[in-house]
Amino acid sequence: MTYVPTSGPVVEALGVCKNFGRLEVLKGITLTVDHGEIVSLMGPSGSGKSTFLRCLNHLETINGGELRVFGDYVGYREVGNKLHELKPKEVAARRQNIGMVFQRFNLFPHMTALENICLAPTVVRGRSKSDVAHHAEVLLDRVGLSAKRDVYPAQLSGGQQQRVAIARALAMEPELMLFDEPTSALDPELVGEVLQVIRDLAESGMTMVIVSHEIGFLKDVSDRVFFMDGGVVVESGPPVEVLVNPQHERTKDFLRRVLQPDS
Amino acid sequence: MSPIDNQTGRQVVPLRHYGRFVAAVVVLLLLSALFISVGRNDKVNWGTVGKIITSTITLRGVWITILLTLIAMFAGLVLGTLSAVGGLSKNPVLRGVSLGFTWFFRGTPLLVQILFWYNLALFFPRIGPWDTNEVIPAFAAAALALSLNEGAYMSEIVRTGIQAIDPGQTEAAQSLGLTPVQTLRRVVLPQAMRIIIPPTGNETISMLKSTSLVSVIGSVYDLLTRLQITYRPKGLVIEYLFGASFWYLVLTTIFSIGQYFIEKRFGRGFDRPGSARSSSKRMFGLGKAVA
Repeated sequence: MTYVPTSGPVVEALGVCKNFGRLEVLKGITLTVDHGEIVSLMGPSGSGKSTFLRCLNHLETINGGELRVFGDYVGYREVGNKLHELKPKEVAARRQNIGMVFQRFNLFPHMTALENICLAPTVVRGRSKSDVAHHAEVLLDRVGLSAKRDVYPAQLSGGQQQRVAIARALAMEPELMLFDEPTSALDPELVGEVLQVIRDLAESGMTMVIVSHEIGFLKDVSDRVFFMDGGVVVESGPPVEVLVNPQHERTKDFLRRVLQPDS
Repeated sequence: MSPIDNQTGRQVVPLRHYGRFVAAVVVLLLLSALFISVGRNDKVNWGTVGKIITSTITLRGVWITILLTLIAMFAGLVLGTLSAVGGLSKNPVLRGVSLGFTWFFRGTPLLVQILFWYNLALFFPRIGPWDTNEVIPAFAAAALALSLNEGAYMSEIVRTGIQAIDPGQTEAAQSLGLTPVQTLRRVVLPQAMRIIIPPTGNETISMLKSTSLVSVIGSVYDLLTRLQITYRPKGLVIEYLFGASFWYLVLTTIFSIGQYFIEKRFGRGFDRPGSARSSSKRMFGLGKAVA
């Protein structure tokens, strides 16, 4: 298991760059996320917020800058003065401490809700099935889906699927949770139940990075908000500053469009 | 469809499909003509056909045919999965080898491949310190040829199965800390199986009959070879061909039923009430999907 320092920032990004071929998606992102802090990323589509989130657990590899999570360089082992690229197994081991929730849920369709939650603890941690199943039921109860333990994802609503996905991520007892537009694929009436689960998690003191367009929700739960556009951070600060009283024209424009989609 | 409209009480006259009726009568007449001419044909002794079907010699051949099919399909599936995973890897050498493997074994006739492996000793008289014909006897040559050929076809089937799985599945598994191998084994392959199984069932049934090609070797006693060697000298050509066809049909039917149950097993989580997408469900009319 990865060593997790209790002090020091959980995420440290210094001039992080990422490009897909000739397309520059991140043009130098610098930010830190402290222990227990809830940081939100927002911005128009294509601004690079999801890409940055995916870099944090090495689903994408950065092309420049420095990115450290729990003090370790993402994807590298520091040996003396050099950085050695990690083997796939080592990359996998680092990810155990980071939970991720996806826009499209990505539940495993061939497994029941309970099996989805139990997979990683049994396979990755090698824990006993009964032990894991007990923990999984506690988690299902926490997201309000105890009754759905033996149901396959196809028979769950989008909101229920996303709640199972959150429980699945929590089953590995991560120290950092990443949310990649967790409510964007949901019908409007199902958004609330998912946000409530995330809200509860926020209150439990979990360190979180959230990419979302739910301005009202972000205002409530975030400690800091980063507004991104064109691969850079345009504006950042406490939610009351960035969301209520934005200074930058691009932020104002974005908020106006998100809050009043018809205008 | 009620003949009386419930709301108005007026009589409703359904469309009569005269064309369908005529077509059915014509087809039935032709079929009965065929059956009568076959059944009354005095060139075939049906009693002998029955005896051939149930003879111990035939049953031994049936066993060898089943054995060859199972060996070839199992080895083909393993080879095909390895080749598919290699073909999708980032390693250009593995990709090249996989591509070359499918290219060669799909590109040459199975009959040629069987003859090649059987006659390998002409090319490599010795393998290391051993005599080639001792290391690879006729049965092994036949099994090897069928397996390699099947592996090439299975490679393509497995590859498309893996590629059909949403990349989000891999990302979800990896973000939970699963290694690439664990992700493949626990998440990707079980889902790919659902896509792989129907064409594999097809391949199995095709293989069952392709095993008869080993009769060119003459010393692997599969169903067809057995019957040929035993009954051709006795002049019972049509009889043994009917006997062989009978057994191939029986085996095909059994394998198809097996396919139905395997599909059901790997369809978990995908079945919806009222859906009947599997071919074998339609085929056997076992159509009630399990919710």
